[in-house]
Amino acid sequence: MTRHTITSIREGLRAKQFTAVEIAREALEFAERENPKTNAYLTFSPERALAAAEEVDRKLAAGEDAGALAGVPIAVKDVILTQGVRTTCGSKMLENYIPPYDATAVERIEGAGGIIIGKTNCDEFAMGSSNENSYFGPVRNPVALDRVPGGSSGGSAAVVAQGTAVVSLGSDTGGSIRQPASFCGVVGVTPTYGRVSRYGLVAFASSLDHIGPFARNVRDSATLLEVMAGRDRMDSTSAAAPVPNYTAQLNGDVRGMKIGLPVEYMKHAAGETVDRIYEAVAKLRGMGCEVRDISLPGTDYAIATYYIICTAEASANLERYDGVRYGFRSAESSGSDSGKLTAMYRNTRGEGFGVEVKRRIMLGTYVLSHGYYDAYYLKAQKVRALIARDFTNAFQQVDAVVAPVSPFPAFRIGEKVNDPVSMYLSDIYTITGSLAGIPCMSVPCGTTDAGLPVGLQILCNHFEEQKMFRLAHAFENS
Amino acid sequence: MRLTEKDVRHVATLANLNLSDEEVSHMLQDLDGILAQMDVLAGIDTEGIEPMAQVLLETESAADDTATLRADVERPSLDNEVALRNAPVSGEGYFKVPRVIER
Repeated sequence: MTRHTITSIREGLRAKQFTAVEIAREALEFAERENPKTNAYLTFSPERALAAAEEVDRKLAAGEDAGALAGVPIAVKDVILTQGVRTTCGSKMLENYIPPYDATAVERIEGAGGIIIGKTNCDEFAMGSSNENSYFGPVRNPVALDRVPGGSSGGSAAVVAQGTAVVSLGSDTGGSIRQPASFCGVVGVTPTYGRVSRYGLVAFASSLDHIGPFARNVRDSATLLEVMAGRDRMDSTSAAAPVPNYTAQLNGDVRGMKIGLPVEYMKHAAGETVDRIYEAVAKLRGMGCEVRDISLPGTDYAIATYYIICTAEASANLERYDGVRYGFRSAESSGSDSGKLTAMYRNTRGEGFGVEVKRRIMLGTYVLSHGYYDAYYLKAQKVRALIARDFTNAFQQVDAVVAPVSPFPAFRIGEKVNDPVSMYLSDIYTITGSLAGIPCMSVPCGTTDAGLPVGLQILCNHFEEQKMFRLAHAFENS
Repeated sequence: MRLTEKDVRHVATLANLNLSDEEVSHMLQDLDGILAQMDVLAGIDTEGIEPMAQVLLETESAADDTATLRADVERPSLDNEVALRNAPVSGEGYFKVPRVIER
């Protein structure tokens, strides 16, 4: 199971080495057995998985096209809705929530024959960089079990690294796919904003939220993105731009490709992570790419900008958790005679949300409140425009930007948990791409002496995923 | 300190968030530290810069399509029973909340 790829499953099904039902059963058994090591899955969905697998087998037997993901065991981050399968967002607030509908991404995956075997642990409402903010306990990094897998999509990165799913879905708001991918040594892709529909992705910061794939190689990540991408009537911000055939273009030439290395990213950077990045740059040069320094002057303001915008949007999006329509309601005020409505709201939210979520709701409410809106929120939106412009300028000179994903590799569980500022600062390399809405990904580029994975980040201009995949694929195979 | 406990309690009220005294004191420390990081923005010249409220995709096809409303066609919505299935308290086809009007 740990060696399977989308391609190997396709070939195995075609050669009748196994059926989709057999693969689904094997994947579920293996994942359930291995899960206590990492706590990466929160829920398994055997009924749904086997029904989907039977449908794939039926199509194959009838000689029909079973789809690009036929028989592939897939895990889905628990902030993405799955009809009839519990979706918790890693929160006490939604501990028993059973969604009445599917996210568009989920619908498209199953439409392409994908087999959803379970839901993965994550930071509560995708807020965090270590997966330690889950109500259901932290995820352990399969590469080093005393370390975090990164966050917020820690579970989705861990299952792919551990081999308990072939590919998985994560969500990224400020680095929540790329950073855990780099910590766990897998490929993680944040597509262009709007490339994948957000319908059914539980909202955190709507102008920054993305769904994207994790995989053990670039080709699989491209296949999965291709299935999910494209206009969706249920998300007015989803892009209508046609979806290229990413996998058909993977083997294109990268000689002469111009690559920028941001001086602002490298100036404070030190240690083994940076050594690996410079080795990767040398490798890119060896492949015939032309690497030059570029400047992204807005980088120094990115953290402040990001944490104002994302918390402001989060404070509005999370207003819906009020104990009325779904989720947790405080016992302090249940029933119809025990007090005022506002007390029920406040107790429900006070008891239902964890520390980090409350912190962000408070910060977001503050920056949007009367007297502070202009100084914080409006100002941050203007600086966001400057940061996006940095990239527009950069992509006039280069085809792609490469950078570290994180300033350091996976840290120990508990190491940073009491220091929110230091945790926020660790997002420095990933949030700029998120603010600009450009496609970016993490591809493995070696390990530290202690064996901890390091990821190389590749960023391209809006809708240039095919170029990004081509470079990542060439790098992976060099 | 740019914040006081009173500010924190006020914001918690705006956010409909019940915080314990201990949480208020932690929140005060945390928010103050985080807001200190935000001050960097004040010094940036943003004269004449339009606020970026959304990632504006400038490809023509996207602009055309995202600006389009869907056809005004009736579509089924969630069934009442399905919509109530996740409610903590419901009855008679409604969500139930604590009484808000005195008898």
